[in-house]
Amino acid sequence: MSTLSIHHLTKEYVPGKPVLRDITLDIGGTGITAIIGPSGTGKSTLIRCINRLIDPTSGEILFEGKDLAKLAGGELRAARRRIGMVFQEYNLVERLTVMENLLSGRLGYVSAWQAFRRKFSDADIQRAFGLLQRVGLADFANRRADELSGGQRQRVGICRAVMQSPGLLLADEPTSSLDPKTSVEIMELMRDLARENNVPVVINIHQVQLAQRFAERIIGMSGGHVVYDGAPDGLTQEMLQKIYGGEDWLAT
Amino acid sequence: MTNVETSMVTRADFFRPSIWTRLGYALLIVYVIYAAATLGLSWERIERGVGYGAKFLAGFFPPNFTKSDLIPGLLESLQIAFLASLFGTLIAIPLSVLSARNLMPAFITWPARIIIILCRTFHPVIVAIIAVKAVGFGAMAGVIALTVASVGFVGKLLAEAIEEISKKQIEAIRATGASFMNTIIFGVVPQVMNRFIGFVAYETDSNLRHSTIVGVVGAGGIGGTLFSAFQRYDYDFVAGISIAIIALVMLGEVIQIYVKRVFR
Repeated sequence: MSTLSIHHLTKEYVPGKPVLRDITLDIGGTGITAIIGPSGTGKSTLIRCINRLIDPTSGEILFEGKDLAKLAGGELRAARRRIGMVFQEYNLVERLTVMENLLSGRLGYVSAWQAFRRKFSDADIQRAFGLLQRVGLADFANRRADELSGGQRQRVGICRAVMQSPGLLLADEPTSSLDPKTSVEIMELMRDLARENNVPVVINIHQVQLAQRFAERIIGMSGGHVVYDGAPDGLTQEMLQKIYGGEDWLAT
Repeated sequence: MTNVETSMVTRADFFRPSIWTRLGYALLIVYVIYAAATLGLSWERIERGVGYGAKFLAGFFPPNFTKSDLIPGLLESLQIAFLASLFGTLIAIPLSVLSARNLMPAFITWPARIIIILCRTFHPVIVAIIAVKAVGFGAMAGVIALTVASVGFVGKLLAEAIEEISKKQIEAIRATGASFMNTIIFGVVPQVMNRFIGFVAYETDSNLRHSTIVGVVGAGGIGGTLFSAFQRYDYDFVAGISIAIIALVMLGEVIQIYVKRVFR
């Protein structure tokens, strides 16, 4: 059974010029699904349509029995609570502490008055601290997010998403702002946390090698279409040419 | 110009003399001469005025601090400033959220913006005159006048601060399924808190200064005492009041430094 079913998803920022053209995908299981493709091909738009940070033009996005494309208001927020998201530039609230940033993953479950007084349950706080220990940042719990390095920030970003207890984890180029070694560590962390929490992950990624190394399934996009959908080892030179165009860059 | 010999290019090709700029300067000079002449600002008049001023200032010494209405007047000014800053800020916070174009649609931001603009339109003394007519003489009129000014000032600056925040942080908070209010509390407030404290501190400081003047039109505080002392030619008391006001404003400055340090 698939967790997420996308049917005939289309997005046009400008009428008549679709960025996503009739995308149909099923995502399930617990592994990493990597979406690759050239810049501007709609990978980011696809990810953001799923949790409706961007509104799709048409199509269905079925998740946990609801069509996300049709939700609004309270129902949409309730659905978003179940979808964690990790961002390219971490998007932590810089002036809040690491602990507060983790707990912001629980904001869908507390009232404004509770949020204002930071009245989170002990269970949430213990879980947050446990996660910080798990990713080696327990000593940073009371530090402000803007004091952390890029790799540390992304680990906080991942923990914030995991704090939501999501049924689906989205990641929009989570390693693009990081050095190669940290990128691998972040990918390992996402893979491991996804396994431990039994949640499928959809990742937009530019580094093809990272995608092949960590993903169980790769979706290649080009010009707003899915042009490849399969196992990492099926990604041949010809296929990469089809996805990214040209061939000079492949010569080694 | 792409095919021109390099040696053919001159300074005038890049820095053209503007006839309009020159005309502007000429007009400015003409207007200054005209304005001074029609107001009777002759050199002889300035000399006479300075002579009067010296005689007037001599009456200030020694300053008189002993009159019984000095301290109550000062305390009333302080209370007016404090209450107006508090009420003004409390009204300005929701108003600035409503008028921030990155959080609200245009049909909400425009009315909110117009309210803020109206609050900023008139000088506090004008608003104080209206408030005195509306609610009668006394401190209440002063509080109303300065509250209006505070709403305008804090509202405008806070709205601008909110419009400059990072959208990425807001996006991340929205993505967790947080409600609008929770997004404000965790996404917007941390980003503007520092500047907000600065605005409120500055506004309190400015209210302290203004609270000494609204009394002149009957809106309570030390200003009324100052005005009646002037009318009685009681210049040593005028000096006493002025020095007391300076001390009060400086005290406000010092307190501001400590408040900012606490909230940093």
